[in-house]
Amino acid sequence: MAQPLSAARQEILARIRAATTDVTSISIHHGRKLTARPGDPGLLAQRVADYRATVTRTDDVAGAIAALLAEHGARRVAAPPGLPADWLAAIPEAVRDEPPLAHAELAALDGVVTGCAHAIAETGTITLDGGPGQGRRALTLLPDLHVCVVRADQVLADVPDSIAALGDTTRPVTFVSGPSATSDIELERVEGVHGPRRLAVVLAA
Amino acid sequence: MRIALFVTCLNDTFAPSAGRATVEVLERLGHEVVFPEEQTCCGQMHANTGYADLAAPLARRFARVFGGFDAVVSPSASCVAMVRGQYPGLVGETVPNVYELSELLVDVLGVEDVGATFAHRVTYHPTCHGLRGLGLGDAPLRLLRNVREIELVELPEAETCCGFGGTFAVKNADTSAAMLTDKLRCVLDTGADVCTAGDSSCLLHIGGGLRRQRAGVRTLHLAEILASTG
Amino acid sequence: MSFPDAARVELDKAQQRRNLRKATTTIRAKRAAVVAEVPDWEPLRDEGARVKDEALHDLATHLERLEVAVTAAGGTVHWARDAAEANALVARLTRAAGSDEIIKVKSMATDEIGLNAALAAEGITAHETDLAELIVALAGDRPSHILVPAIHRNRAEIRDLFEAELGETGLSTDPAALTAAARRHLRERFLRVKVGVSGANFAVAETGTVCVVESEGNGRMCTTLPDTLITVMGIEKVIPRHADLATMLTLLPRSSTGERMNPYTSLWTGVTPGDGPRDFHLILLDNGRTATLADPVGRDALRCIRCSACLNSCPVYERAGGHAYGNTYPGPIGAILAPQLAELRDHTALPWASSLCGACYEVCPVKIDIPTILVHLRSRVVREQGAPPSERLAMEAMARVFASRRRYEAAQRGARLAGLAAHLPGPLRTWSGVREPPQAPRRTFRDWWRSR
Repeated sequence: MAQPLSAARQEILARIRAATTDVTSISIHHGRKLTARPGDPGLLAQRVADYRATVTRTDDVAGAIAALLAEHGARRVAAPPGLPADWLAAIPEAVRDEPPLAHAELAALDGVVTGCAHAIAETGTITLDGGPGQGRRALTLLPDLHVCVVRADQVLADVPDSIAALGDTTRPVTFVSGPSATSDIELERVEGVHGPRRLAVVLAA
Repeated sequence: MRIALFVTCLNDTFAPSAGRATVEVLERLGHEVVFPEEQTCCGQMHANTGYADLAAPLARRFARVFGGFDAVVSPSASCVAMVRGQYPGLVGETVPNVYELSELLVDVLGVEDVGATFAHRVTYHPTCHGLRGLGLGDAPLRLLRNVREIELVELPEAETCCGFGGTFAVKNADTSAAMLTDKLRCVLDTGADVCTAGDSSCLLHIGGGLRRQRAGVRTLHLAEILASTG
Repeated sequence: MSFPDAARVELDKAQQRRNLRKATTTIRAKRAAVVAEVPDWEPLRDEGARVKDEALHDLATHLERLEVAVTAAGGTVHWARDAAEANALVARLTRAAGSDEIIKVKSMATDEIGLNAALAAEGITAHETDLAELIVALAGDRPSHILVPAIHRNRAEIRDLFEAELGETGLSTDPAALTAAARRHLRERFLRVKVGVSGANFAVAETGTVCVVESEGNGRMCTTLPDTLITVMGIEKVIPRHADLATMLTLLPRSSTGERMNPYTSLWTGVTPGDGPRDFHLILLDNGRTATLADPVGRDALRCIRCSACLNSCPVYERAGGHAYGNTYPGPIGAILAPQLAELRDHTALPWASSLCGACYEVCPVKIDIPTILVHLRSRVVREQGAPPSERLAMEAMARVFASRRRYEAAQRGARLAGLAAHLPGPLRTWSGVREPPQAPRRTFRDWWRSR
């Protein structure tokens, strides 16, 4: 590291120590005790729909995936490593991310089908942590349609439960609550800016 | 109960009827009201304008004048909020026990019907220092609802500041005026003939605006309505 | 221009007044609805304040811990004492990555240090990717709100701007069409530019995890697709532990956009092979924060998580707008942050840009007592910068009157109190054009009391 920069480090730390000499006791609160409580799939479905994403509740996941892709006219669809075989089979033309596709190739696909780490009922959120069947972050970002499968036993209660379930993970995590959106022009909400413009959640019974 | 009245310098000089009404209400309920004549100003204007050094002696003076009373009442949420909020930093632990009028009546004395009669269409503006500074909640409205023959109408956007803010009205006169204009529109929209509040400062500001517009709407301190017997 | 003068100009902008009123009223109502859903909201605010205080009161320890964790996860940590050092670092790192352009997520810290202009001076082009920031940048304008920076512009202006600057033709004024145009324009840049720059909403000392909260997906694009990611973060953004994200991620979206959760929240820790940037640089920025920390009352302002709930609740902001504050940080939080982060002497009017109505404190998710800090800063301005001599003299005269019953009553009798007040910057003076002056009745209260 160049000398002036480490000088900056020393000086900032010294300034901080000088600024807080009056602080004699620091309240350490040991954080909240978090546990990953299960959540209500019905509430999840309702809350996801509040974001104007679609929710399909089914016990035939593969059938639902096929129907959703057909509905959106999605043929060439990205498949992350570890996607269950029957979901993969529901994709008309699965494009595997092994070896990794270039960003431009991903952007040209019609959609992506993934699972998730878990979901948050209270906020209608899908949590992705790059685990099996989810893929790297770019995979759920560049294609215009994201079909995401949530098993009922993956539904957690609220945000703190999700943080508890993630533990001290060092893998990248993305919380997805509905399709990308903006209200930047006269506060009028527009769904679909830079991420997938359509999010379709399949909630497996 | 023996209650000391802190009338405030503003009421004493510019709105004496609010002080008189406070005395009348409490005496009608059978309480003894005393008025320590040494009182002047709590120092709020100095403190909130950046002159804590000049406010501190006034705060100490106030603590001496009112220190011996079990309960002090004031028809001004703003000055009570000053005493409660800023005095600990100015005078230490010897802060007198000061209550805003509606707070004393409802929360301390447990009275919601003060036996008043007031046959007018009235709208109530909760002042910022009463609403947020003291957390008066609906105490003033509970008192008003028990006034006979009164027609209470809800003020739209009631919880928005009227734009007074002490020195703010002078240092930021244009913004203050814009806030007042919106408040006046809300008051006029109610069709009330009286606008009431628990702070004469805000009422002087709102009332001055209403008079300028020749709106025909009067401002009255909450105490004056509670003192009215028709 | 000082706040009162700037506000006078802004108050006359009818379109801006309408837009602001609509925006603040709408977001206020949304916030109130989703906050009411959380049964333990008030304890959660206390918890939010405690989380931030724990880090701020022992900031050196937390920053060193963060540095260790980020470094262990393959990132590089840099320290910048001021804006110039931070800007120079971003420029050097960008060139080292072989690029002369960056894509940028909306970030208050990079606005504060004037990064885009500094990079332009070095021949590096910064592409704003947040829709509102893009609008503001294309118009050569300044943001007017923390959350919705282009709220002062209407759709027709934005259509004209996009047609002139983005080479679009035949655009409608429909926000969906304008948003689609921005998507077309930016998509190519997301795929091409090799360096991304972001701010940070939170950084976890314990794990080195950085968090960015956003809506449009441009944040995900900028933090995921480039080979190199540079995050510029104020040192006050550090929080102690991963579990604290549970508190902050419940407080922030509900307070900010009035949503249960914002569309996208990203967490990353250093670099992850095969997923995202290969190089990650975290720049820890002081730029006035340690000076703010040195004020035991004012330091609570550093708890701020930039939600903008105080802007949306402030009657002064709603009318005067963000530009009147003359600073990156508008509204009540700006009125206490700007004078502290920069020099107090440059922002002496801002602590008075509030009626002390307290609406900001009530909604603040980390319980910053803004009215108390405003009053404290007013005292500091008077003490350190000096008040106008006439004001000081008048205040002293009033204090002398109030110090003695005899003088007070004499002042009342001779209507001198009212007379004095006429020369004061006090509440009784200059009742301006919209109100009649108060009339002092002939008999004071104490006259009546004695006559009973």
